[in-house]
Amino acid sequence: MGIDAMTHLTTPTRLTGAEILWATLVGEGVDTVFGYPGGAILPAYDALRKFPIRHVLVRHEQGAAHMADGYARASGKVGVAVATSGPGATNLITGIATAMLDSIPMVCVTGNVSSKVLGTDAFQEVDITGITLPVTKHNFLVSRAEDLAAALRHAFQIARSGRPGPVLVDITKDAQQATAIFDFEAAKPKLYRPHPMLKVEDAGLAQAAELIRNAERPVILAGHGVSEAGAMEQVRTLAERAQIPVGLTLLGLGSFPASHPLNLGMMGMHGEAWVNDAIQEADLLIACGMRFDDRVIGTPATYATKAKKIHIEIDPAEINKNVKVDVALVGDLRAVLEELLPRISSRGQGGRDGSSWLKWIDGRKGESAVRDIKNLPDMGHLYAAHVMHDLWRITGGNAVVVTDVGQHQMWEAQYYHHEHPRTLITSGGLGTMGFALPAAIGAKFGCPEKEVWVVAGDGGFQMTAAELSTIVQERLKINIAVINTGYLGMVRQWQEFFYERNYEATPLVSPDFVKLADAHGIPGRAVRTRGEVAAAVEEARAANGAFLLNFLVEKEDSVYPMIPAGSSLHEMILRPGRDPLEERADD
Amino acid sequence: MLHTFVAYVEDLPGVLTRVASLFRRLNINISSLTVGRSERPGLSRLTLVCEASASAGHRIRASLFKLENVVDVDDIAQAPSVTRELALIKVAASPRNRAQIFDLVEVFRARIVDLTSESLLIEMTGVESKIEGLIEVLREDDGRILEICRSGKMTMRRGHHTSGVLRAMGAGVADAAEQDRAAAQP
Repeated sequence: MGIDAMTHLTTPTRLTGAEILWATLVGEGVDTVFGYPGGAILPAYDALRKFPIRHVLVRHEQGAAHMADGYARASGKVGVAVATSGPGATNLITGIATAMLDSIPMVCVTGNVSSKVLGTDAFQEVDITGITLPVTKHNFLVSRAEDLAAALRHAFQIARSGRPGPVLVDITKDAQQATAIFDFEAAKPKLYRPHPMLKVEDAGLAQAAELIRNAERPVILAGHGVSEAGAMEQVRTLAERAQIPVGLTLLGLGSFPASHPLNLGMMGMHGEAWVNDAIQEADLLIACGMRFDDRVIGTPATYATKAKKIHIEIDPAEINKNVKVDVALVGDLRAVLEELLPRISSRGQGGRDGSSWLKWIDGRKGESAVRDIKNLPDMGHLYAAHVMHDLWRITGGNAVVVTDVGQHQMWEAQYYHHEHPRTLITSGGLGTMGFALPAAIGAKFGCPEKEVWVVAGDGGFQMTAAELSTIVQERLKINIAVINTGYLGMVRQWQEFFYERNYEATPLVSPDFVKLADAHGIPGRAVRTRGEVAAAVEEARAANGAFLLNFLVEKEDSVYPMIPAGSSLHEMILRPGRDPLEERADD
Repeated sequence: MLHTFVAYVEDLPGVLTRVASLFRRLNINISSLTVGRSERPGLSRLTLVCEASASAGHRIRASLFKLENVVDVDDIAQAPSVTRELALIKVAASPRNRAQIFDLVEVFRARIVDLTSESLLIEMTGVESKIEGLIEVLREDDGRILEICRSGKMTMRRGHHTSGVLRAMGAGVADAAEQDRAAAQP
């Protein structure tokens, strides 16, 4: 009964559109898809069992998109989500937009009504290619079986190439049912056309090398592009050879080892003070695969005004968008750095001596470090920082941590020190609450051999908690840490700082998450004190299947340091410098 | 400032939406857009004029290129070029006052392409200011203009310029590399 998909990849055969869909996915190297069936995609589901593809049934299509996204972020491969027409398709949109903002390669396949009734408001019909136009890199509407293989292969090419992104392929029901000759080779897309404005010239490279040679206070800004381009080694070589400290964006974390002496940590709104101070004092910024996002630069007018800027970036539309740069090297980061590196000499060979600059930055670290909550005595209170610090310590920094969005996300970025790329999976650009749980499921499929942790707040966790069932159905070993503040914490923090503590709509009643997990057949434990954290983390790790830890942390804790939105990098709100709940005589 | 982009796009359903949607997203009003067949089969050529800051040109061109269906984009900017617009103007005119309009049409080097007892139809090709001029003088006689239909601008560079991208695809010769460099300067 089964179809030999591999034979079909080499020998043109007449197949139904539904079979062509799966055969093409197999040909593109797909072995796992995340989806939810429905009327307009049923022909495809009917043919699925003939192909060596694992289908993960989600509980909501948003989960399917986040899983495909998490799978892609963890594995570097293209993630695939499948949904039916109408509400199935619209439920994908938040996940597609999340992938778009973070440049994640993803292909979404949706069914649509028969081509004969397209545009007639048929049952569960929606113009999904129209709706997703601004949040996809490209999309296709396929209404003939003979066009399907080429559209799908083109979709994979677009998703992977250049600056990656999500692509949607909408397939009408009759195109799934009709037959056509499937010829995988013939459906190969035209040679990928690089963006015509990619431009790395000798003059630009020479200018960049000259700026680096003469810089006294340079900083490398490493973004998501470092891991997307696989340029970890090149960035590291540049940093080490020229002794340049490296600041990272949120999505750049892991692409330069946290333990490396030149690693400064995360920059921007919740970056450590010394990183942002270094950027403001720098005389040269070397931006590698990052886009000067507003959460990173504060306000453009006062951003690093003393610094010349080199921007190495694959998307020409990012050049001079937020920050005007002096040298733009527009191309694949790895390839550009390979060309630049021979022009950079090390200190012994007449290159720059960076020691006094590094010493200056080190001097800034001392003050911030003593304010750090993890260095304060245990007063019995449980702070999220403690949880993240212990989680990092116990997992040796080797876990894949998938976070949601909010305070816990920033605490994770500050206290979990990532050594390897693709070990922090988080929604940076869109800031999508509800991302963590489904993205972690995708990540687990993307790297089954790795330890995967969900870190989510009590608000975001409830947005997609239904996917707990997916974990159980797929028998996944995923550890879940809910950082439970009883508030929509980050919003509450903004209300505290900028809206006179008017906590409107942020106090949050939640179910008992341990009982909720238990109802799904997932064991769990509540943790209330700092002393219990380590044992609880160990217990979760040792459990055979999934495990949930409900960390009941201090309710009104805030993420420090913080640059208020739209302010300058040097206008940070610093840590209070003592346990905020410690009672003292002067209180 | 006024930006003029000339783009070659695939002749497929929805392509114009993608182009238009980009400008909608950037909150830039398109002041003129013309689309038609080009010298290459399967490719349409469009001329798009919009008002945006001087620095926006680079980003708009780069973003247009990011659209999968866009094959080539030229930012005409201040380059020597020829721009034309076509206007059809229907004017109320009786046999008694026709002669006066014939004179105006003569002066503006326009043409009469249709004539009935109550109205006549003027076809005029030229730069925007010339068309505006004719409309202006026609308006001076109250109520004469019944309908105006304008094509929007069509632009072509002067000289032996063709696109660098199209050349790479095997079409013609060009000095486009020079122009590409100029346009891509940050």
